[in-house]
Amino acid sequence: MNDSTFLLIVVVIGVATYLLRFSFIGAARHEPRAGKESAWQRALRYVPVAVLSALIAPALTLRSGALALPWQNPRLIAGLVAALVAWRTRNVLATLAVGMALLWLLQALG
Amino acid sequence: MTPTAPRRVAQGQFLAGLRAISPILLGIFPFATISGVAAGEAGLSLAQAFAMSVGIFAGASQLASVQLIRDHANGLVIVLTAIVINLRMAMYSASIADHFRRYSLPVRAFLSYFLTDQAYAVSITHFQRDEAGKGWYYFGAAIAPWTVWQLGTAMGLLLGASVPPSWSLDFAIPLTFIALVMPNIRNRASASAAMAAVLLAVAAHGLPYNLGLLTAAIGGIGVGMRVEARQEAIGER
Repeated sequence: MNDSTFLLIVVVIGVATYLLRFSFIGAARHEPRAGKESAWQRALRYVPVAVLSALIAPALTLRSGALALPWQNPRLIAGLVAALVAWRTRNVLATLAVGMALLWLLQALG
Repeated sequence: MTPTAPRRVAQGQFLAGLRAISPILLGIFPFATISGVAAGEAGLSLAQAFAMSVGIFAGASQLASVQLIRDHANGLVIVLTAIVINLRMAMYSASIADHFRRYSLPVRAFLSYFLTDQAYAVSITHFQRDEAGKGWYYFGAAIAPWTVWQLGTAMGLLLGASVPPSWSLDFAIPLTFIALVMPNIRNRASASAAMAAVLLAVAAHGLPYNLGLLTAAIGGIGVGMRVEARQEAIGER
């Protein structure tokens, strides 16, 4: 790929990504509507949980693009235990430490 | 940054945001070096890698584009793939927009550039009550990942693959996402949203252009709303 093609690709992706980020923040209303929560506002409350879960799932269950069963997949086991730690402790460091340590252990045993 | 936040509040919020994001940087740094290594392996120069990491500043889409560049994919395919991966940014933007509505347009335009999974998740989990200086909290939680991302990318590119893949450091990113999602699972509706998103993401992972992510996210939101509505109807909350 030549230099100008590369630059064009980066600029197009960069501008598009920025516009996605800016979209609703840029259009933010100045006054919230009073009264009952709208369907739109209710939907937005589920954004963190739905998007993060959708990002996590393939990282735990897929190995080179194919589904890997739990007993052949240290990442799924380590991830599930890490989720338990995250739920009980609400601590990022503890979640990271337990998850990585367990993955290393399972890989060493595997 | 805002008329309602005196300097003391601004400083406190900025530091609180920094503090909240700091453990998550441990996940971002290895991912950044992996992204830098991949850029090097695809034959990108340091300047080109910086053009990407500053100009796009979105890890998953950068990694996907670099892999497609290495495979000599069609330019349009590269652009489409990256944009679809980043469509979730519009969902984050919609979700966080209301918290920034008091800021001027230039400030909101500036803050938008730094929007990432991590800065968004940390901020939205913190923004439960109405308080001054939310933009500063977010900025603290957003500027640190940006800095670490640039440093890590450069290090990965310059040092090459000096970290063996068997260390599995890429696993740190999903682990931090796990730590970020759990506090948001508060009731049956949000747990259902998470379960639905997980199942859909696995079922739809084969869709082209990474459309599985978007499908799973929207499906998860739909299921969450549905369960919430049903619980309200039977007055079980």
